[in-house]
Amino acid sequence: MRARVFVTLKPSVFDPQGRTIAEALHSMGYDGVGDVRQGKYFELELDAPSGDKARAMASEIADKLLANPVIESYRVEVE
Amino acid sequence: MKFAVIVFPGSNCDHDAYHTAKHVLGQDAEFIWHKETSLNGADVVILPGGFSHGDYLRTGAIARFSPVMAAVTEFASAGGPLLGICNGFQVLCEAKLLPGALLRNRDLKFHCEHVCVRVEQTDTPFTSRASRGQVLRLPIAHGEGNYYADPSTIDELESSGRVLFRYCDSAGQLTDAANPNGALNSIAGVCNEGRNIVGLMPHPERACEAWLGSRDGLVMFESVVGALTGTGVMHTA
Repeated sequence: MRARVFVTLKPSVFDPQGRTIAEALHSMGYDGVGDVRQGKYFELELDAPSGDKARAMASEIADKLLANPVIESYRVEVE
Repeated sequence: MKFAVIVFPGSNCDHDAYHTAKHVLGQDAEFIWHKETSLNGADVVILPGGFSHGDYLRTGAIARFSPVMAAVTEFASAGGPLLGICNGFQVLCEAKLLPGALLRNRDLKFHCEHVCVRVEQTDTPFTSRASRGQVLRLPIAHGEGNYYADPSTIDELESSGRVLFRYCDSAGQLTDAANPNGALNSIAGVCNEGRNIVGLMPHPERACEAWLGSRDGLVMFESVVGALTGTGVMHTA
């Protein structure tokens, strides 16, 4: 099974890269763009018997390694 | 007494730390590869600066799972003095041996320069020979040195005197211009609750000899030698 993990800085943590990208978009004329947050995306190929098990494994991996809970939050999708 | 300098793949200030311990302080020193599981009887452990595991994923995120970190954690849990410099500080935060995290510098630039830091507390093995309010001129070289912790953690650090160093100007004043990376409360270094684990972004080991432009870092190493040997004023090269 494949799990996708999206990691982003928490809303309370300033994201200077996202801010810079937003400013670049504004200078390109995309005035309709508000805030931009940059994150990380992981694809995990998992040997798991069910979607629930795959989700649990991906969440555990995200908690332990892929995200730092001090500054980041994450979201898991399983297919 | 013996210093252990942990070497991760990508550490590049390991020799600086070893040189300071061995040749400037005249102490025994040993490199410990990150795959090792023993510290070989070390009295002080240093996690050096560099780019462990290429800074992949997050700075220090992979290194914290190195086999040697179990021994390092055991050593520090027993009260052993543990110093994390730059990437070593990042590893200690990822390992949760110190609170908080180091974010990208607010201007997204790698800063390689000398800065001033003010000593805030002297009741740790790495600051006992310094004076409160003393200004140290130390080099920094980092892209992720912007210290962050949630507000309650910052409050706890401040109220318990666990902020050891703050970026300041040459007169010791805290100004935004003197803060190279946007660190909260100008925090350059902190310690754990037990005060034996210290992490900081500046490089004291690169400022221990006059020809390097500053000897201000020496006080941290003299502190730990003094703390462990109970010796008087040290005479170093």
